Amino acid sequence: MKFEGKRKIWSDYQKEIADDKFYYVRSCIRQNIWPGSENTYLRVMRDVLGKDVYESEHHTTCTGIGYHTEVVPLDTLQTVVARNFSLMKDSGYENYNPSCVTSFGIYTEIFDTWHHFPEEKEKARKFLKEATGREFEIPKNLAHTSDVIYKFRNEIAAKAKYKFINKHTGKPLKVVDHIGCHYAKMFPAKGIGGAEYPYVLAGLVEAWGGEVIDYPERRHCCGFGFRQYLVKANRGYSIAASKKKFESMEPFKPDFIITNCPGCNYFLDRWQYALAEMDGKTYGGEGYGIPVLTYEEAAGLVCGIDPWEMGMQMHQVSVEPLLDKIGVEYDKSKKFKGKNGEDLGKPELPNNLKFCE
Amino acid sequence: MGKLFDKLNSDVRFIEGIKACINCGTCTAICPAAEVYDYHPRNLIDQIQTRDDEVITELLKGDTIWYCGECMSCKTRCPRQNAPGLVIQALRKLSIETGLFVESEKGRQQLALKRIIGETILATGYCVHFDHMNLDVFPEQGPVWQWVQDNRNEVLAKVGANYKGAGPGALRSMPKEDLDELHKIFEVTGGNEWFDKIEKDSSQKAGEMGLGYEDGNNSPYFKEIFSLNNQEKHTRS
Repeated sequence: MKFEGKRKIWSDYQKEIADDKFYYVRSCIRQNIWPGSENTYLRVMRDVLGKDVYESEHHTTCTGIGYHTEVVPLDTLQTVVARNFSLMKDSGYENYNPSCVTSFGIYTEIFDTWHHFPEEKEKARKFLKEATGREFEIPKNLAHTSDVIYKFRNEIAAKAKYKFINKHTGKPLKVVDHIGCHYAKMFPAKGIGGAEYPYVLAGLVEAWGGEVIDYPERRHCCGFGFRQYLVKANRGYSIAASKKKFESMEPFKPDFIITNCPGCNYFLDRWQYALAEMDGKTYGGEGYGIPVLTYEEAAGLVCGIDPWEMGMQMHQVSVEPLLDKIGVEYDKSKKFKGKNGEDLGKPELPNNLKFCE
Repeated sequence: MGKLFDKLNSDVRFIEGIKACINCGTCTAICPAAEVYDYHPRNLIDQIQTRDDEVITELLKGDTIWYCGECMSCKTRCPRQNAPGLVIQALRKLSIETGLFVESEKGRQQLALKRIIGETILATGYCVHFDHMNLDVFPEQGPVWQWVQDNRNEVLAKVGANYKGAGPGALRSMPKEDLDELHKIFEVTGGNEWFDKIEKDSSQKAGEMGLGYEDGNNSPYFKEIFSLNNQEKHTRS
């Protein structure tokens, strides 16, 4: 394939991604807010692609959010990460596969720190031994879970039940991607496409029939900012950043947003609700807002996994308008039912943001 | 060269974060914090480069160093590969070490973060936990989240989570032996000492301010630091 222009630039930012035998590490935010996405990743990897993905119950948080809020010191962070590497060593796997973008950023930062300051690595080794008696080795391969989906995007496309094509018009769906700051802004060479020409999600969208919108604020932060969201007094920072993005993408009329980072997925979903309730303003979708999908949900939809098994009923911005455009078969009556069909009632309706019950 | 500058210069993040600033202002142009706060990373790097302890002391006890969101957008765009965001991390560490963090409205928020994030890590093994994410603290979660919280066992089971269960899976209960190892790491690496330092200095400040101080999230001091926003002071408007 001949690469020109931006495609030439992102083709310079490719990285090695293991082919099989992944050591899967869960994300605090994704588990809590989008637990169905993690389950979907495992279903796609194991059931659709036939990959060996191992999961240990013993790994903890990397403490990344604590580190970026200055409540966890660097020595503590490095030692907790070293312990997680030690668990992987015990399992016999070598390809570390984190589900969290903050964690992925932490690992890339620690690898770089240990490269330039080997005494920091030795400190972590000493602390880990003293605290737990454990030893660790650096993973042979580090790839975020979206990197792995990217690697196998064409295999998924070959088995796809649906494509990102509007079934009414026959045209590609217009998609906004958001890769999350800590995926590649610190170490662009560690992300597919780097930070300026992100391709990790764009590659999925294109492989699955959609069209990516390169809008002005594509690279702007979602507004998490760690303490800037977690402390109530600071949340103006957070919602202002998301609002800037929505206003920038609105004229392009995106059919959906696809995200890399579980936190970004949360903010881009929930701040649409908050802005609608505060200002009466919605950003498209005839008052329903712009659906926000994790890349796992996007992969799951393409593979024909039931939206409610993936947890898409946990979104505040309704996904049904998007499902209908794609032509996904789903049962509206099961959205708010339990696993065994039990009736769980329905959420209250927002005042301004339209919502599919 | 001042003693505080020497301390900063012993932090690997500071060493990595500031090399040769050419004062172009790209960091300020790209910074999400600079859009909402009276915050200019270019000025901050200028101030640091004076190596003057009086200047650094003013930074350590002021609000400015707490405005950054650590998104590291500055790292990507700086033509000299500086990272004001990394310099911020070193400054915040020093502000806590010196106890000066309690002298600013934004710095005092450190206690809330220690209790919301730090204590959750030790109690659950997660940075945040489903059980703590209620609409009182996070109202923007919206009615769908309330429905999820109200029907947590059924909804989480449906989407394949292992909520409070044994073995692997999303939202599993963390095995005791793993929490024990985590606690031991905090003890050996200074994590517990860090928590104690934040509590001790905050308690003293609460006394100076005449605000009630106790464990949990309901004391007058906690409520003040978690919710107070003197917006005009922090913005350019």
